[in-house]
Amino acid sequence: MTEIDTQLVAQLTEQETQEILKLASHYDYPQAASIEALKIVQHYRGWVSDESLQAIAKLIEMSAEELDSVATFYSLIFRSPVGNNVIMLCDGITCWMHGCEQLKNCLSEKLGIDYGETTPDNQFTLIPVTCQGACDRAPVALKNMKLHTELNESSVLALTTLESQNRLGGSK
Amino acid sequence: MSLPEPTQRPLTQHVDHNREAYNLAEYEAHGGYESVRKMLTELSPSAGLELLKASDLRGRGGAGFPTGMKWSFVPMQSEAERLANPMQKYIVANADEMEPGTFKDRVIMEGCPHLLVEGMIVGAAILQATTGYIFIRGEYIEAAEKLNRAISECREKGWLGKNILGSGWDFDLHVHTSAGRYICGEETALLNSLEGKRATPRAKPPFPQVSGLWGKPTIVNNVETLANIPNIINYGAEWFKGLSLTEDAGTKLYGVSGRVNKAGCWELPMGTTARELLEVHAGGMRDGYKLKTFLPGGGSTPLLLPEHLDTPMDYTHIGKIGSRMGTGTMIMIDDQVDFLGALKNLEHFFAQESCGFCTPCRDGLPWVEKTLDKIIRGKGTSADIEWLDRATVNLNMGFTFCAHAPGAMGPLESALKYFRAEFETRIKLHHSETV
Repeated sequence: MTEIDTQLVAQLTEQETQEILKLASHYDYPQAASIEALKIVQHYRGWVSDESLQAIAKLIEMSAEELDSVATFYSLIFRSPVGNNVIMLCDGITCWMHGCEQLKNCLSEKLGIDYGETTPDNQFTLIPVTCQGACDRAPVALKNMKLHTELNESSVLALTTLESQNRLGGSK
Repeated sequence: MSLPEPTQRPLTQHVDHNREAYNLAEYEAHGGYESVRKMLTELSPSAGLELLKASDLRGRGGAGFPTGMKWSFVPMQSEAERLANPMQKYIVANADEMEPGTFKDRVIMEGCPHLLVEGMIVGAAILQATTGYIFIRGEYIEAAEKLNRAISECREKGWLGKNILGSGWDFDLHVHTSAGRYICGEETALLNSLEGKRATPRAKPPFPQVSGLWGKPTIVNNVETLANIPNIINYGAEWFKGLSLTEDAGTKLYGVSGRVNKAGCWELPMGTTARELLEVHAGGMRDGYKLKTFLPGGGSTPLLLPEHLDTPMDYTHIGKIGSRMGTGTMIMIDDQVDFLGALKNLEHFFAQESCGFCTPCRDGLPWVEKTLDKIIRGKGTSADIEWLDRATVNLNMGFTFCAHAPGAMGPLESALKYFRAEFETRIKLHHSETV
């Protein structure tokens, strides 16, 4: 793809554009900021739409197809909408031995959703995540990218309370 | 300032979870960045490299490759050449800690971020690198924030930037956050990921030391490896070797997880036995649970048995008994764990994390997971066990593009060796039920 509508970049806010360009300045080639650019947009919008993807691609001088191949490769980039709160349960070997499947069943029952699904009120999405590097405090989960440790059946259900700050935290 | 007395815990001496990690002023007050001063004012790059070689430091990411030897393949310029036209070279910290059961690099990055930054600057001074990146997994947000803060402090103070300590050498460092794929820990996949591409591994040769990031000479090392370098420069190779109980030098960040009394991560002399880790530091197995088997250093290291507990945990000794020390963070599997279920959990991880580039890995690993699932559900036959045996050959070294699938075969192959009866019993149960 050589020609993308130049209007596309206008799909990004000034804030998003500036944050992406700042990170891109760390590299000789702006493409190196691809993951971080996707995360910036996701931080503000919750997920990465086709329009956002094309706008980012234009900004960092990649084809949209190539950027999509990156976006779909990494598990923390969402190419479809997620709920306002994303709960990720660690299913690493140590958390598995500490009963992460039972925790998942508790959450599924409470929220009425399985892995990969979002509640009808759009408040919660439930996703499994790989080992979080906190095995000494297993079992663990991330809620909106914040780590919660030493979970049990009651503390895991406490993750389903609503918070006002509810966007997936990206690091910038 | 002068250097404080050397310590027995060079990696974690400043780590204290009851307070904030040291800021730059506090870190400097405890001897921080003295290695950079020494490197730039007293030692030539080649003298620094010789010190690193003499220290016998081995890569702490899992492979245990001698760091000095790895670095010796990076092309070097004379000082005159470098000052006239510096060759672009990169140093990269592999902070993509995603090996199942591994939680050690987090301890350094959250507990003492300046130690990693110092390791990268002093390492870059040895290599005469121009730019550094800390490639960190996307979930380690707190660690990334702390590293960014440490880097800003260093820029302000002049430990990073132009003409550091008047040496004529420029170096800058950036944190690069990823977004969740285990394969990014493979050093050539990491380089592709850092360039903004899909994280598929590259063919070797050329090795990254010669042609790495954007085709330039690049060193990629694990966080713990880099964090060892400042004190090797400060206190010397003999001191570093003296920290160890065995031939493999230094200390090691060991960890224990599973149903033990006090899971944790501790810096101890290299060569500490698995038994001491389990019984003294982790307080033994919890009441009612008996150790059945353990993975000595993460999800891809072959299983060991209780009879192996007295083996020193170092690269050489664990290698001799058919496993790998890997990351040194042990996963204890007790007698009440559904063993085949645990094995399936591991193989599920590796199947999911295959980058998909080569066929044996992309197609073979899900097949391994499905076969294990079939056996667990009581639908297996002896042909399935034979198929798993074949997988441990056909998905192993020499048949795949990188070490991902061979890593996945580590626990499987050792499970078939030590616990074959468990596979067979599940199958016999099925047959006695159906007859």
